[in-house]
Amino acid sequence: MSVDWGLFNYWIVVILMMAGFYVVIAQGNLVKKIVGLNIFQVSVFVFYISMGKVEGGSAPILSDAVTLYSNPLPHVLILTAIVVGVATTALGLALVVRIRDAYGSVEEDEIDRYEQEQED
Amino acid sequence: MTSPHLPVLMVVLPLMSAPFCAVMRRGLPAWSLALVVTWTSFALALAVLTQVLDHGTIIYSIGDWAAPWGIEYRIDRIGAFMAVIVSGIGALSLAYSRRSIAHEIGVRRRPLFYTMFLLSLAGLLGISVTGDAFNLFVFLEISSLSSYVLISLASDRRALTAAYRYLIMGTIGATFYIIGVGLMYMMTGTLNLADLAARVPEVAGTRTILVALGFLTVGISLKLALFPLHTWLPNAYAFAPSVVTVFLASTATKVAIYVLLRILFTVFGKADVIHAQEIGDVLMVLALLAMFVASLVAIFQDNVKRLLAFSSLAQVGYMILGVSMATATGISAGIIHLFNHAIMKGALFMAVGCVFMRTGSVRVEAFAGLGRAMPVTMAAFVVGGLSLIGVPATVGFISKWTLIQAALETGAWPLAVLILLSSLLAIVYVWKVVEVAYFQPLPSYRGDVREAPLSMVLPMWFLAGCSIYFGIDAATTLGIARDAAAALLGNGP
Repeated sequence: MSVDWGLFNYWIVVILMMAGFYVVIAQGNLVKKIVGLNIFQVSVFVFYISMGKVEGGSAPILSDAVTLYSNPLPHVLILTAIVVGVATTALGLALVVRIRDAYGSVEEDEIDRYEQEQED
Repeated sequence: MTSPHLPVLMVVLPLMSAPFCAVMRRGLPAWSLALVVTWTSFALALAVLTQVLDHGTIIYSIGDWAAPWGIEYRIDRIGAFMAVIVSGIGALSLAYSRRSIAHEIGVRRRPLFYTMFLLSLAGLLGISVTGDAFNLFVFLEISSLSSYVLISLASDRRALTAAYRYLIMGTIGATFYIIGVGLMYMMTGTLNLADLAARVPEVAGTRTILVALGFLTVGISLKLALFPLHTWLPNAYAFAPSVVTVFLASTATKVAIYVLLRILFTVFGKADVIHAQEIGDVLMVLALLAMFVASLVAIFQDNVKRLLAFSSLAQVGYMILGVSMATATGISAGIIHLFNHAIMKGALFMAVGCVFMRTGSVRVEAFAGLGRAMPVTMAAFVVGGLSLIGVPATVGFISKWTLIQAALETGAWPLAVLILLSSLLAIVYVWKVVEVAYFQPLPSYRGDVREAPLSMVLPMWFLAGCSIYFGIDAATTLGIARDAAAALLGNGP
């Protein structure tokens, strides 16, 4: 019994990508923007992982029983990209903490107002 | 020195020294280590450039794993030239940084500043030498993440929001870049830039490759601050610590332009996308808009760092204009302006850093009377300003001359007129600062303003001197730019 999922993964990628991108653009809350950015990046992770998957393939283990296996390269690449994503999120959130200390707000419109008042 | 490991040492040295700086508790030892490392990297980059000029492209396999499975560094003329620009500016701004950082950043954060500086340098150098599309992404993120931190180290709270905005935009750009690389991998099964170049023509017409090209171009354009994707840049440059502005303005956007050249010409060169997909036309229109809109906005700025930041956007326009013509002269105009703009903007931002140190402000009013109070600094500012305008005997003239030549070669004389017109706008914004500095008296409450310390004046004048020297004797730099352009178009040495 096998179900043909077709391009299902890629539809999910596109939906996640657009949803994340929309949140980054439309949200005024700095923390939510970072969340949006994460969703956006996760869509790319799913994209790479789907790309390397071979139908019916096993994990690429050195064993006589394994003849058909998925392409490990995109999976390894995306591990690197995940690490970069984690670092970006951590740095972004650290910046938000300091922005809150400095402005007392994490709302973009309020911060913009404070910045316009502070013309030196 | 002909060790085969020079190319990798140049990148690994700053990367590995960065953690040592992080564990140091005082600024001085961290600065000393960083100084030795950056100058060594600069020397290595120069050695690599001479080697490349004499013996052609260097190919270095990391860990001796042969490409395309392993990552290879492939250093041709333009890559070696970029490495020299990046490490040279890095070495000079590090020499400049000690006094400037002592003035602008608290004691406990100083070692962290040098850590981030070294990481950023390693990332930018890595981009210049790597021959692997995914490795390039990793270096791009190393340099970007560290530059977000560098910007946020400033004491002005607006630096935090500037760094945050840069982080959001930069990450979107980098993510677009990996989407593009992923799509390319799907179609060609390789990440090695040279292999990609060989395999792209077979699949060039497919929709996947076109989408990849779109993602790559937009992603990189975000990083290089091409109008209208530039919104992160002005505040990031205006509120970052002075040295950071010097370093980023002279290197970060330049390296992104280099990546664009790699993608458009090295990878997609045989498919001739710049003509086939009208990318050239789109880039040309955006470049022209950047030249005029950014220059006009620069005229109305009261903060000199912001003014120069907008001028940088306009200068990116000139570089992209050269690239968009896709002729040998056009691309070499772009490459030569990369180098020339790095040295003149470096000198200008260093001068502004000196003024900030002595007056505590970078507003235009703060420059009043500095022509007499800080004559050496202001003279360097004037040299840099003349170069921005493109006065003969400065590097700016060489850039614009080559660019106009390129425009006339393709018969596009309206472009030549537009280049000259936009230079007139540069006169206005440079004059705005120079007038205040030389024709207004020093306010009495600033009676104690002195010349900046020698350790800041020397690097500044070195760059200002370079912008005169290479403006008079441009044979070397133009030669490298021409050869690099020919190589990018696939008919060079």
